[in-house]
Amino acid sequence: MLENLDALLLARIQFAFTVSFHFFFPAFSIGLASYLAVLEGLWLKTGKPVYLDLFKYWLKIFAIAFAMGVVSGIVMSYQFGTNWSVFSDVAGPILGPLMAYEVLTAFFLEAGFLGVMLFGMNKVGKKLHFAATLMVALGTFVSAFWILSVNSWMQTPTGYEIAANGQYMPGPSWWAIVFNPSFPYRLVHTVMAAYLTTAFVVGAVGAWHLLKDRANPHARKMFSMAMWMAAIVTPLQIFAGDMHGLNTLEHQPAKVMAMEGHYQSHPDGAPLILFGIPDSEAKTVRYAIEIPKASSFILKHDWDAPLAGLDTIPDDEEPPVGMVFWSFRVMVGIGFAMLGIGLWSLWGRVRGRLYDMPWLHRAAVLMGPSGFAAVLAGWITTEVGRQPYVIYGLLRTADAASPLDAPAVAASLLAFILVYFTVFGIGVWYILKLMGKAPHAGEYGVKRGDTGPIRTAGITPGLTQNPGGEEALPSARPEKEPV
Amino acid sequence: MDLTVIWAFIIAFAVFAYVVMDGFDLGIGILFPAFAAGRERDRAMNSIAPVWDGNETWLVLGGGGLFAAFPLAYAVILPATYPLIIAMLLGLVFRGVAFEYRWRDPGHQKFWDMAFTGGSFVAALAQGMTLGALLQGIEVVDRAYAGSWWDWLTPYTLLTGLGTVAGYALLGASWLIWKLDGEEQAHARKLAIRWGAATIVLMGAVSLYNIALKPEYAARWLTAPEIYWVAPVPIVTAIVALSMLRAILKDRNSKPFWLGIALFFLGMSGLGVTIWPNVVPPGVTIWDAAAPERSQIFMLVGVALTMPLIIGYTAWAYWVFRGKVADEGYH
Ligand code: HDD
Ligand code: HEM
Ligand code: HEM
Repeated sequence: MLENLDALLLARIQFAFTVSFHFFFPAFSIGLASYLAVLEGLWLKTGKPVYLDLFKYWLKIFAIAFAMGVVSGIVMSYQFGTNWSVFSDVAGPILGPLMAYEVLTAFFLEAGFLGVMLFGMNKVGKKLHFAATLMVALGTFVSAFWILSVNSWMQTPTGYEIAANGQYMPGPSWWAIVFNPSFPYRLVHTVMAAYLTTAFVVGAVGAWHLLKDRANPHARKMFSMAMWMAAIVTPLQIFAGDMHGLNTLEHQPAKVMAMEGHYQSHPDGAPLILFGIPDSEAKTVRYAIEIPKASSFILKHDWDAPLAGLDTIPDDEEPPVGMVFWSFRVMVGIGFAMLGIGLWSLWGRVRGRLYDMPWLHRAAVLMGPSGFAAVLAGWITTEVGRQPYVIYGLLRTADAASPLDAPAVAASLLAFILVYFTVFGIGVWYILKLMGKAPHAGEYGVKRGDTGPIRTAGITPGLTQNPGGEEALPSARPEKEPV
Repeated sequence: MDLTVIWAFIIAFAVFAYVVMDGFDLGIGILFPAFAAGRERDRAMNSIAPVWDGNETWLVLGGGGLFAAFPLAYAVILPATYPLIIAMLLGLVFRGVAFEYRWRDPGHQKFWDMAFTGGSFVAALAQGMTLGALLQGIEVVDRAYAGSWWDWLTPYTLLTGLGTVAGYALLGASWLIWKLDGEEQAHARKLAIRWGAATIVLMGAVSLYNIALKPEYAARWLTAPEIYWVAPVPIVTAIVALSMLRAILKDRNSKPFWLGIALFFLGMSGLGVTIWPNVVPPGVTIWDAAAPERSQIFMLVGVALTMPLIIGYTAWAYWVFRGKVADEGYH
């Protein structure tokens, strides 16, 4: 029994580790693919080289991030079977088809057009190349669509029947399965999260180079674009998050109780606990700083509405409160910090000094990784908050695991940790190195070595590197050797 | 024909597409140390850089498709071959990132080339051994894997693993005959002959071992009336194998590659004949493991709508990068 428990815990850690790592890359590349499409579209429309330079600058970074997303994603598609075989067996008839649709409509699309997007500009012409970029961007979105439908079904299962052998079978309507109650909220909130994550990375890179050279037109352009995203999308994201929370209150009340730290029910108006230390033994939040009745106002739009607490939930169906409570606060805190940056940049724009505000630039650099932190925190809230169930209300996580021995899971977990930290750590470092170089006019193409056309620059084989060809490249500065 | 059989063929098609398409990518990885650092390696790498991701996607379709169409098989095979699957995944991580990293960091290019080779080799070996573990049979009780976690390691699975490594190397070398020219093409030819011979020998050995492995397998191949149906498979295989070796010596273009694919096709058909109608030998048939009809129909619609498109744009992407790599005729 004890051994089983260990294997279960290890399997959970392994899954959480691999999926968290995986999600870092899509969170960035969903947004970046769209950003690249926008840049290329603007270049085609206006003919301004600055857009092409930025496109090429970010394309190199995209190629690395995407490769890491792909290899960590392949791992995910096997994690269900290796670590959650009972889950795979019983949920396969419902979730398998959704994931098969993801492969058919998203992964092939991305992968099929990726080669042309990275390497093919001179071979297919500008228009077709733009189409390929659009297809890659579309693919990343469609991918999010299906996988979030899968995840949402596990949170709010609908449209199923239970077969004699214990499997969950699809009911008559797939619509009810795909568009389960939490899916629309999760899709909107997560895709906007990806856009924000990318925007803050782009903004930080722009700000970094502005701090070094305020006049750099490329840095200005990307900083300004990123700040528009921050100013416009953050409020929408906060609104969407609020709606998402209301939906969760309806379908997974225990999760919201944990997020709010409500151990006790509040018959006439629940307080909003801003900070405090949840103590699950004593069932109370210590050192709480709270706003009376505000939680009822947010969740029920009525200061005096009664709110049930975890005391109404049997102990063995409660999620772990501490993690959910904290991760939720991290996400929300970052959300408001992002809003702050957005407003600050609007203020700067109004005064016409967006590029002359070093403190804004420093803050933007600091906020560069904030999207990743928010996304991770959000997912921890979501996933830990639904415990102890893996399929909410139906299948307990403890009953879903594979019949594996703890040493096998421990060894593979260790291997994942070692490999991921080294390989992806190095990849991130390469990305940071690329970001550290200022974007410039005539963003480098290929270096023609004496051994023939070899792609030292990295993203394109052979001579096919300069999308748009030479004519589009004002060669004001000499090409720089990539480091 | 019932839906379950259709799905068995779709999954088999996905696995076959994966094996030949990622097969030549992985093969190039396996052969990488044999290439001279510099131009030869760069050209070999460039010949697959635009397509490897699409090729690997077939693995996701094979795995995801198995999850969707035969969830019980997915839920049994993966725990049974757990260490192999994990090794394969980690191998694919290394070889996947090497495509980008080796260009990013010239100072450590040698290291990433090694990672490329190591990852490709481990992935190929693990895939072959997984296949072997499946063929030798997996113990299932109450819809769950019931063996121990070393069952997958036997002389037989080592043989199937090595056979797969050799076969992939053959595909990789014959792909390079097609995509390269000059000295490098001559080198690829040499490698293709060696690995082609190894592949043929190992294929023969696996086939004989199969017959010795289980009486049912022997019965499939050696008793009448089945024998009249299946006897052509080894005969055609022998003919294809010989023409392939000939083509490797003579042809300047794609012929060796296509014949290599034909060889894989025959080998896989042979394995299909051997285990049919089980999906997890010895006890789980495709009908035992199949998803319910509603799932099958829903996915079939998806496959029917998307597969022609996928094949279309994949073919287009290959066509865009047609011709010899990075020489005069390339641009
Ligand atoms: C840039 C990223 C980001 C930012 C700034 C926010 N979120 Fe978020 N949030 C996510 C990224 C995210 C996410 C990673 O996308 C999650 C995880 C699963 C999901 O559906 O979205 C999430 C989940 C999530 C959930 C859990 C829903 C559930 O599991 O049922 C709630 C209630 C909120 N968010 C609410 C908010 C609020 C009120 C925010 C306002 C400040 C906020 N989020 C900002
Ligand atoms: C949308 C696709 C996703 C699916 C289908 C999914 C599925 C699952 C499953 C099956 C579990 C149960 C195993 C367990 O309890 O440990 C789980 C847990 C978990 N997942 Fe997700 N997940 C998804 C996305 C994510 C993402 C993107 C992240 C993080 C960035 C994440 C973070 C976690 C964490 C931290 C746990 C551990 C919860 C715990 O064990 O207490 N998940 N998820
Ligand atoms: C457990 C859950 C998940 C599984 C099984 C999974 C599986 C995969 C696989 C197999 C790939 C590689 C596709 C290829 O070969 O091109 C991949 C990449 C990708 N995944 Fe996931 N994934 C999961 C979670 C997520 C989530 C939560 C999202 C987004 C909301 C997401 C979005 C993407 C995207 C956009 C890519 C393309 C590569 C990239 O952008 O980095 N995935 N995933």
